[in-house]
Amino acid sequence: MSKNILIQKGRLINPANQTDGIYDILIQNNIISDISNHIQPNNNFEIIDATNKIVVPGFIDLHCHLREPGQEFKETVATGTLAGAAGGFTTLCAMPNTIPPIDSKPHIESLSNISKETGAIRVLPIASATMKSEGKILTEMFELADAGAIGFSDDGNPIYDPFIMRQALSYSSQLNIPIINHCEVPELSKHGVMNESWVSTQLGLPGIPNSAEESMVARDIMLSKLTGGHIHIAHVSTSGSVNLIREAKKEGVNITCEVTPHHLTLTDTIILNKNLSDQNFVTSHHSYDTRAKVNPPLRTSSDVQSLIEALNDGTIDIIATDHAPHSDIDKICTFTEAAFGISNIETAFSQIYQLVINQQISLHKLIESLTIAPARILGAQYGNLEKNKPADITIIDLNEQWKVNPEKFLSKGKNSPLDGHTLTSKVFKTIYQGKIVF
Amino acid sequence: MIDPKSHILDLDLMSLSQVEAILDDADEMTKILNSDFKKTEELKGKTIITLFFEPSTRTRSSFEQAGKILGADVINIVNSSSSSKKGESLYNTALTIQSIKSDVIVLRHPHSGAPYFLSKLLQESTIINAGDGMHAHPTQALLDMYVMKKHLGTLKNKRIVFIGDISHSRVVRSNILGLSKFGAKIVLCGPQTLIPPDFLSNKHLPENHPFKNIFYEPKLNDAIDQADVIMPLRLQRERQDSGLLPSLREYSTYFGISLKKLQNAKPNTIVMHPGPVNEGVEIDHNVVHGQNSVIQEQVFSGVAIRMAILKSVTQNKALKVE
Ligand SMILES: [Zn+2]
Repeated sequence: MSKNILIQKGRLINPANQTDGIYDILIQNNIISDISNHIQPNNNFEIIDATNKIVVPGFIDLHCHLREPGQEFKETVATGTLAGAAGGFTTLCAMPNTIPPIDSKPHIESLSNISKETGAIRVLPIASATMKSEGKILTEMFELADAGAIGFSDDGNPIYDPFIMRQALSYSSQLNIPIINHCEVPELSKHGVMNESWVSTQLGLPGIPNSAEESMVARDIMLSKLTGGHIHIAHVSTSGSVNLIREAKKEGVNITCEVTPHHLTLTDTIILNKNLSDQNFVTSHHSYDTRAKVNPPLRTSSDVQSLIEALNDGTIDIIATDHAPHSDIDKICTFTEAAFGISNIETAFSQIYQLVINQQISLHKLIESLTIAPARILGAQYGNLEKNKPADITIIDLNEQWKVNPEKFLSKGKNSPLDGHTLTSKVFKTIYQGKIVF
Repeated sequence: MIDPKSHILDLDLMSLSQVEAILDDADEMTKILNSDFKKTEELKGKTIITLFFEPSTRTRSSFEQAGKILGADVINIVNSSSSSKKGESLYNTALTIQSIKSDVIVLRHPHSGAPYFLSKLLQESTIINAGDGMHAHPTQALLDMYVMKKHLGTLKNKRIVFIGDISHSRVVRSNILGLSKFGAKIVLCGPQTLIPPDFLSNKHLPENHPFKNIFYEPKLNDAIDQADVIMPLRLQRERQDSGLLPSLREYSTYFGISLKKLQNAKPNTIVMHPGPVNEGVEIDHNVVHGQNSVIQEQVFSGVAIRMAILKSVTQNKALKVE
């Protein structure tokens, strides 16, 4: 049994019930047993002084890649969950594009066992929507749901065939579990390695146009309307996508969506030059940084503005990392050859907190998007820091400044374009089920 | 470690005066090429590696010749096998040639940005970009500008027209960066499927971007009207196969340069081509060999320009930084 923990004098922010104030929080038997203005400590308590820090529900990541089984050289459940804890997360939803993909009950059970044995925090499995994620035959969704699947996705690839997509949405609808789609029309993104823009033109890199994403978002909206199934659009990246989703929500379509930290804060110009000025649009010998190669690609500043607006007006429901760790072999090569993906679970909160500093989103919005909002999509009781709830708690120092050094990541994936950036705000402690895990 | 500024990665990293210095020095190099004894000792003791991951006779041999005339040792490594699409290839080759203490590496690679990658890996050698993917071909652009300047005197306000497969052309990209330093008027022409969207319209381009002043003319006649330079680009058959064009026949009917179409241009306009030429597709045989053509002169100037470039980068090595 873990020790009782008393968190003193922190600013508790719990968007689930609109709490924002200085409280003491007591954890007993892995449960939050008391939240009061003052709790008298006793000798059995481990005390955490949270003065000048915020205390929030442990974060929930609806979209990350833990790479186990099959690509343990990139990440494992052990390293990925430690990295998640360092990023303030207590719940990770793992994408099924492992080797083999998580497309059957034994695979889910095996992953659950690995998670129980080696995971530092909670891992909830997402199962493949189709067998082997090949997009041809639906997985046994009823059985997978019973085994613990919280979503179905062929992420890494889109569910390409519109007929299969229709069936997936229809079949899953009685389970109240979302189909999570990576929207990308491959014929339009063909050979593309970055956003199609003046930057790709200048760098001579094949581009991926916004329409590659948007045309599949539009299709999925229509198919959700047709079937009533819950479509969750993964990592939206364009202003056109959020416009479509905004209109769909007005019509009452059963749609939710997520945005990543990198699409909210970075643009494609960092592939040209990290220190671009508006007088000088030149390459530097740091150009073509493969660590900024991600799919969907980093877009333009007007897309970023649209994504921020959409997060604020509720069109975008949640922030999810799409943490995609890779090894050096995948990234120390030319931009064309490099794998897509960013290792970002340890920088996620701090990266987006810059938007709070810039007054583009509120602190409450940021925390809500990482806690109660994803919990609602999961239909789970997490993401709510209340008396008698499981003690998943994150404590953050909003003022601490730190320099990103990927070599120090707990994740095996050092592929971060933020290498060398100074971020403000840092996770101070992460408590998972009453245990300090970071 | 080499000063990153001494690499020749693309013309955006060179100042106007650096470009002018190379063009001026190419005149001196031309004198050596025209003399009876074509050998100097300026690069004696230097080692140059030409590292080509794509077949190219012209560019590679002109670098080799340029290096040898200046007295350098030249090692040619050709690696155009299909293995080069595997990730390890450039990286592993780079590690291998690190052991050969080369002063200069001339790299040709099918992937845009490959020389930037190599410059980070091999910090003891100066990298010269001899063509990377669709991105840049700075030495070709320098020789193009050298030939243009010879014929036009100045490049300021001159109308330079590029026709055809702009999307896939590293030559055009480098020429744009170089020519805009001189204040030339750059005009692009061709079917829209071969032109990147930001060249068709500049509305998404930031102010002060070197692409901001490029003009797109959809019709060939309008494009070559008053042109000082006409440069049709090589059109590869793949463009038809990959759905960018209905047929080469239609392309050549509407955008191919024939003697008849040239009648709409100024009589003293010059016709250039970055090579290799697809006669009968983007340009007719009798234009290639006609009186407006300076295509042979481009080939000849390639050696002089590359001599000037090799000299400049090896001299820059005096600027070694820690
Ligand atoms: Zn995805």
